[in-house]
Amino acid sequence: MPGNSAVVNVVVAGLGGQGVLKASGILADTAFRAGLDVKKSEIHGMSQRGGSVSSDVRFGERVFSPMVPLGEANFLVVLAASQVEVARPVLRPGGVLIHPGLLDETQLTNKRSLNVALLGVLARQLDLADNLWHAAIRAALPEKLHAANLQAFAIGRNP
Amino acid sequence: MLEPSDSQEAYDYTLLAIEISERWRIPVLLRMTTRICHSATLLRTQAQLAPPPPAFVRDVPGRVMIPAYARPAHQRLRAKLAEIAAWNETDGPTQVVDGDRSLGIVTSGISYQHVREAAARARVLKIGLSYPPPVETMRRFAASVDRCLVVEEGDPYLYEAARTAGVAVEQKPEMYRFGELNVSRVRRIVAGDLSPEPALPAGKPPELCPGCPHRNVFEALRDLGCIVAGDIGCYTLGVLPPFSAMDTCVCMGAAIGVGLGLRHSLPPEQARKVVSVIGDSTFVHSGITGLVEMVYNPPATGHVLVILDNGTTAMTGMQEHPGTGRRLDHQPTGRVVFEDLARTLGIRNVFTVDPIADSDSITRVLREALGRDELSVIIARRPCLLAAGSIKLREKKTNAG
Ligand SMILES: Cc1ncc(C[n+]2csc(CCOP(=O)(O)OP(=O)(O)O)c2C)c(N)n1
Ligand code: SF4
Repeated sequence: MPGNSAVVNVVVAGLGGQGVLKASGILADTAFRAGLDVKKSEIHGMSQRGGSVSSDVRFGERVFSPMVPLGEANFLVVLAASQVEVARPVLRPGGVLIHPGLLDETQLTNKRSLNVALLGVLARQLDLADNLWHAAIRAALPEKLHAANLQAFAIGRNP
Repeated sequence: MLEPSDSQEAYDYTLLAIEISERWRIPVLLRMTTRICHSATLLRTQAQLAPPPPAFVRDVPGRVMIPAYARPAHQRLRAKLAEIAAWNETDGPTQVVDGDRSLGIVTSGISYQHVREAAARARVLKIGLSYPPPVETMRRFAASVDRCLVVEEGDPYLYEAARTAGVAVEQKPEMYRFGELNVSRVRRIVAGDLSPEPALPAGKPPELCPGCPHRNVFEALRDLGCIVAGDIGCYTLGVLPPFSAMDTCVCMGAAIGVGLGLRHSLPPEQARKVVSVIGDSTFVHSGITGLVEMVYNPPATGHVLVILDNGTTAMTGMQEHPGTGRRLDHQPTGRVVFEDLARTLGIRNVFTVDPIADSDSITRVLREALGRDELSVIIARRPCLLAAGSIKLREKKTNAG
């Protein structure tokens, strides 16, 4: 198989305003804190204006291209049901789709933390320590949002 | 010209650009492509260079380009470029990645990253300073491999530089000249694959926010059947449905010049429908010269300019601008008042409307302005919905302080 098979490819997709870039930033920071090489890239024509947004995160011992090649994502995290089909071609055969249907959204104290809750679901499958995730979440958000987002992460992480 | 391939090189090459510029007294371009700007990779910073203390040193032949000084300046420029080219061959930011001699790839910028992944076994020549190009380095590299391919995004610049110097290299097939490269496409280039590329499902296009003050303006322009010379900002989304109310958009400030050109050249019944629409930030950036032209060479049918004053530079992240009365750090400063500016320049019809508080106001005023063969400036003033809260807080602070 061409390319570096030790690299983990994650794509986060959704609509503007849902926190796609925030989620990919937290993931990239977590991988960085784990001492890995990490690259992140994004497509957000006008992310605040409600259009499709997607962001690639790749980490491993050494990463070259910042973009996940088509059909090679190990994980696809989709924040909006409408974006599943738009983003699906990036997923490799047998890759894992993570979507809001996997969660009980009513448990979230803050609906806007859906992005972080889905990172919790992703965290079940990745070899990144929880304390690194927590540190990255705290670093990415203002203090008043820490509790709600750590709770959201836990809901995804330990259902 | 320097071409970084990731965040680290964007940082390092910025410092190198300053060094080159200081050493040869020459402007240096740092080629920041979309992908380099919209990606983030790990970065090791360096100790900051202390800038030299500023002092004016007179250098009239070097800075005053009257013809007598410009002619020798041209010769100095060519001499500098020759020196930089020689330096680039021996000490430039060029990198060779050893690999199998069956395939050699010459590349630059982001394409380098895709190449390393798509052709992991190839020998790679990565060019950091692409102008003036290190052609002798390319020649030696090409001679060291069986097949030498240039992989670069967009137009074949390195390829043509190599071929002009008589270096035998291959270029990517024409279909890969268009659009961004990525790992999959570079694999196809290396394999010479000319089969059609898979079409991807279209994403959801962006839209003006619900409640955006620009919305009513574009509904009015649409319903009045205007020919709209537009400009760049959030409001460029007026081009898409449900508005479909923008006919041109070129570069910042072009709304006014293009609108005036249409007014001058179209038959009067069409000319009377032409409206220039520009955002507040774009207007202060490069619309004022157009307004002066409008006063100086008014079209026979007059003209209508709409300034969309949403109190911020919304598209690029809510920065202040000279029309807000606050500096980039939000501290109060002088304010350019659009109404005063237009009147001072001699425009008699100056209207201010709030397209949200009075949703018919923009239609009313547009209809009135379009009915006169005179110059009109309409200021549609209502803060961007997303910025309104912080604008209010800042105004309060300014008024209290
Ligand atoms: C020459 C140039 N510089 C910078 C930009 C980036 N840019 C895009 S839109 C914009 C300004 C938009 O502000 P405004 O006109 O106030 O419209 P708004 O987005 O607020 O509706 C800028 C600076 C550009 N397109 N061209
Ligand atoms: S960010 Fe502001 S100006 Fe831009 S579409 Fe939204 S409300 Fe309108």
